[in-house]
Amino acid sequence: MSTPAGHESPQPILSVRDLRVRIGQSSILQGVGFDVAPTGTTALLGRNGVGKTTTVRAVLGLLPEEGEVTGGTVRLDGEDVTGHRTHTVVRRGVGYVPEDRGVFGSLTVAENLTLAERAGGPHHYDLVHDLFPELKARRAQRAGTLSGGQQQMVALARALLNDNRLVIVDEPTKGLAPRVVTEVAEVLQRAAERVPVLLVEQNLAVVRRLARDAVVLDAGRTVHTGDAAELLADRERTTSLLGVGRHERSERSGQAEERPEEREQREHATKEST
Amino acid sequence: MSTLVLLTLTGLGLGALYFLIASGLALIFGLMDVLNFAHGAFLTVSAYAAWRTAETVGGTGGLALAALFGTATGALLAIVVELVLIRRLYGRPREQILVTVGLSLAVPALVQAVWGADSRPFPVPDALSGTVGVLGAQVPVSRFVLIAAALAVLAAVNLFLSRTRYGLIVRAGVEDRAMVTALGIDVTRAFTLVFAIGGALAGLAGVLGGLYFGSLSPHQGTSLLVFAFVVVVIGGMGSIPGVALSALAVGLVQQYANYYVDGYGDFAVVVLLAAVVLARPAPRLAGGVA
Repeated sequence: MSTPAGHESPQPILSVRDLRVRIGQSSILQGVGFDVAPTGTTALLGRNGVGKTTTVRAVLGLLPEEGEVTGGTVRLDGEDVTGHRTHTVVRRGVGYVPEDRGVFGSLTVAENLTLAERAGGPHHYDLVHDLFPELKARRAQRAGTLSGGQQQMVALARALLNDNRLVIVDEPTKGLAPRVVTEVAEVLQRAAERVPVLLVEQNLAVVRRLARDAVVLDAGRTVHTGDAAELLADRERTTSLLGVGRHERSERSGQAEERPEEREQREHATKEST
Repeated sequence: MSTLVLLTLTGLGLGALYFLIASGLALIFGLMDVLNFAHGAFLTVSAYAAWRTAETVGGTGGLALAALFGTATGALLAIVVELVLIRRLYGRPREQILVTVGLSLAVPALVQAVWGADSRPFPVPDALSGTVGVLGAQVPVSRFVLIAAALAVLAAVNLFLSRTRYGLIVRAGVEDRAMVTALGIDVTRAFTLVFAIGGALAGLAGVLGGLYFGSLSPHQGTSLLVFAFVVVVIGGMGSIPGVALSALAVGLVQQYANYYVDGYGDFAVVVLLAAVVLARPAPRLAGGVA
């Protein structure tokens, strides 16, 4: 599998090769391969249900009970972590912001952050409070009572609290108000200056702003890797690969809300037909 | 009036016993989704271990040592069961139920084979065998021991959950176990710890049950477990304050009904369970008990 063209990357921070995943009876991933460069943001793109979230979850060892990696390798900074248990992968220096944010609603903001503190490393509360001053003010508030945008801030703060080698962010702008989408994009931009980011994102304006490299999946396979700006400039290709209509959505229009269950069902439906 | 006082304090003592058993069940289910039918077996074995200790040593010191030994036995047994059996079966609820139900049948049978089917008198030291006059009622001292123990356990569990890192992990794990691991935390260690705590509380309940009933039998744990499950269902899986309130309600209803409705205590508990389950809009309603 080739590295994204046009960038000399000494050693990718994350390297996925021919990853195959089955969930229940469905083959969800049938050969996903890509590299994440050790700096900047790599966007993982594709239509709904092509396996983006499954790819991220397989990398982290977070597949559902009935799911399994049936082939391929995942290397984190050169070390093989294929099929390793989630906490061991994460302890190697991975921050993760899941699609549903994974914020603990019954815990306070401060407790959510405390829980994320990994042993042994420095905890960058100064950075977190600089990026999200609101969280400092709301530290004693239960996270479940926060707005969607504020919860996304908590989720991002947890991922940026530790010294990570890679941060994986799954659809951070989904369902957020346009103003909040811009805020999240700004935070991700600043984060990417410190740590490489693998970003799953449907909002192409956000991708255009943040991503240097792009990986496109379709039907559980990698169908394109390369420069993000080049891909997005090619209207025809964007349409064929990402199914984006005549005029792409602007960053400010946000994304239509889609519930995770619906997405899951759709992903399953797609598999059945493949 | 004196009858009501006696019934209330006896009901509270029974509720305390239910709380000790149910709090462990609720924590285990809340965190790991494991319905631990072996919990009663932990109680029974601990009760017999405590009984042997109390018989051998004797007196109040013997009982204190028995309580310590019984609690440790419960914890140890729970750790072994978790590490050897349950750990292999996470995410496989049917197998878990089969294994824990199997233990709940096999262990009492083993105890019966060793110490016989007849119930044995539990040695209650003189200091705890008397009664205390409360508003005209003569209330056995053991009731107060149970209530005090349950209050202490409630406070300790709350402190553990609210002040310690493992408590934080448990609270978060009850909500979203996968996300806890995605923060780099080995949640299986929290599982073992919670199993140990549950086992220790069941062990303590075994000792205090001996004190409360004045006797012990191989199937005591199993019959108490039924009511503990009722308490957990009413109080909410994974909610300790809910379980405490629910244990109180079940203990009191059982005692009142036994006296005023002519021995219908167990039936009244089932009616209470049905009423709560039918009246409740959501699956978990911790504060809405009683």
